[in-house]
Amino acid sequence: MIPALSLDRITVTFSGKSGGPGYCAVKDTTLSIADGEFVSVVGPTGCGKSTLLNIGAGLLKASGGVVRVFGEPLVGLNAQAGYMFQAESLMPWRSALDNVTAGLQFRGVSATLAAQQGEEWLERVGLAGFGNRYPHELSGGMRKRCALAQVLILDPKIMLMDEPFSALDIQTRQMMENELLELWSANKKSVLFITHDLEEAISLSDRVIVLAAGPATHPIGEFRIDLPRPRDVAEIRMTPHFLELHEKIWHAMKAEVLKGYAQTRNKVVA
Amino acid sequence: MKKVPVWLWQIGLLLAIFALWHVLTVPGFIPPLFFDNENKASFFFGEPLKIFKVIFVWFTEGEIYVHLWVTLQETALAFIIGTLLGLVVGLWLGLSNTASAILDPYIKAMNAMPRVILAPIFMVWFGLGIWSKVALGVTLVFFIVFFNVYQGVKEVSPVVLNNARMLGANASQLLRYVYLPSATSWVFSSLHTSVGMAFVGAVVGEYLGSAKGVGYLIHQAEGSFDINTVFAGILVLTLFALLLDYVVTVAENRLLKWRPQQAETETT
Repeated sequence: MIPALSLDRITVTFSGKSGGPGYCAVKDTTLSIADGEFVSVVGPTGCGKSTLLNIGAGLLKASGGVVRVFGEPLVGLNAQAGYMFQAESLMPWRSALDNVTAGLQFRGVSATLAAQQGEEWLERVGLAGFGNRYPHELSGGMRKRCALAQVLILDPKIMLMDEPFSALDIQTRQMMENELLELWSANKKSVLFITHDLEEAISLSDRVIVLAAGPATHPIGEFRIDLPRPRDVAEIRMTPHFLELHEKIWHAMKAEVLKGYAQTRNKVVA
Repeated sequence: MKKVPVWLWQIGLLLAIFALWHVLTVPGFIPPLFFDNENKASFFFGEPLKIFKVIFVWFTEGEIYVHLWVTLQETALAFIIGTLLGLVVGLWLGLSNTASAILDPYIKAMNAMPRVILAPIFMVWFGLGIWSKVALGVTLVFFIVFFNVYQGVKEVSPVVLNNARMLGANASQLLRYVYLPSATSWVFSSLHTSVGMAFVGAVVGEYLGSAKGVGYLIHQAEGSFDINTVFAGILVLTLFALLLDYVVTVAENRLLKWRPQQAETETT
């Protein structure tokens, strides 16, 4: 089967200041996501996870290697992919409804049809009746739901998610994770989910990929998560099999996390 | 005890200023404090009552309208043309790194130049009518709006921008739906300053050479040492500058209703 998204021997080097040595963020990384698969990428903070996602989205050009979307080499932006950002990505001058329908507007869908679909999606993410609010009038969790609806309304085949819930408190976060799983299982998209939270990664995914500490990060391990679905992210964390998987993956990650920590500490000291 | 509303304080302060002005300038009301002659204070600073009389006569007999109309026309034209030019050039240079790198020293030089000295040149070019004043006003307004739009474009959130691109926005849609609205809040903060500058351009232009306008009235009165009329002209100008600023505020509140307000709790 052709994978939905595949990164083939990707290397990313950021050019250094005024001819100095470049910074190699990602080195020789190969990974692929099957159609309908939910894959998480975990790794220590600052190891280049987001860089990898931007490569998959086409926002960043790789220094070496090939990105393929359903078998076709990627040129320019990845039109098959929806991207959910870590930071605030809603347009603050647009109401929630106008934000959700932005993608439809860009595609030339008529305003009435767009508004109708927008209302449907707002309802689906639990924001019915909030359509005329501006982003600053919504809570952090509501803004994330709005951003989720904004991406999903375009029905992308691939979802790229960059720690989308990291700014939320733990209760809101688990609620959003359950909602995400529900929306995902209704119409299986391929998901590439970036997180530094191992528990989040295990409870959501079919597969977890562990990255090494930067610079020149690359996958150091891959784990299939055979927990039964549908899952409740809060409850599944208590099951013995979850703990088993957690320990196994953490064992593989631990050295890298400590390495990453030591590096950032050294930077501060130096 | 109920709190005295702010507007009451503001009016009270205004009345107090005029009262003090009156007391200090009316001949013979109090012995001269500084001048050797009791008429001198009135000669240098005018008398509020006489100033109000001049304004009253202007508006009742209608002499002022033609001058006010000319000045407001010049101000509005300078404001609109300067703002549009500033917006277009600001967007252009904000989006094109090459153009902004090449033009940077020129923009800085033109901004640093005291542009009021261009007034005589504009008079040679555009004559003594309104267009020489409009041109002066445009040079003043343009740079204020330009720098704000430029800054506004540079400070568009890269995440919002990338998000719009991922949602499928093409270049012109990015300009229309992301850059422009993002720059708008910067533009509006500059419009308060630039509406005042448009006014300055109009009045200074008239002052230097014209046959109509409030600046012309002030210049005429100054020539005959009619200090009360000079002050009357200044007061009328101030009043209309306030009015224009209010119009900008109303437009701002309508267009920027998405901005977070300071206090948002409702008390019933």
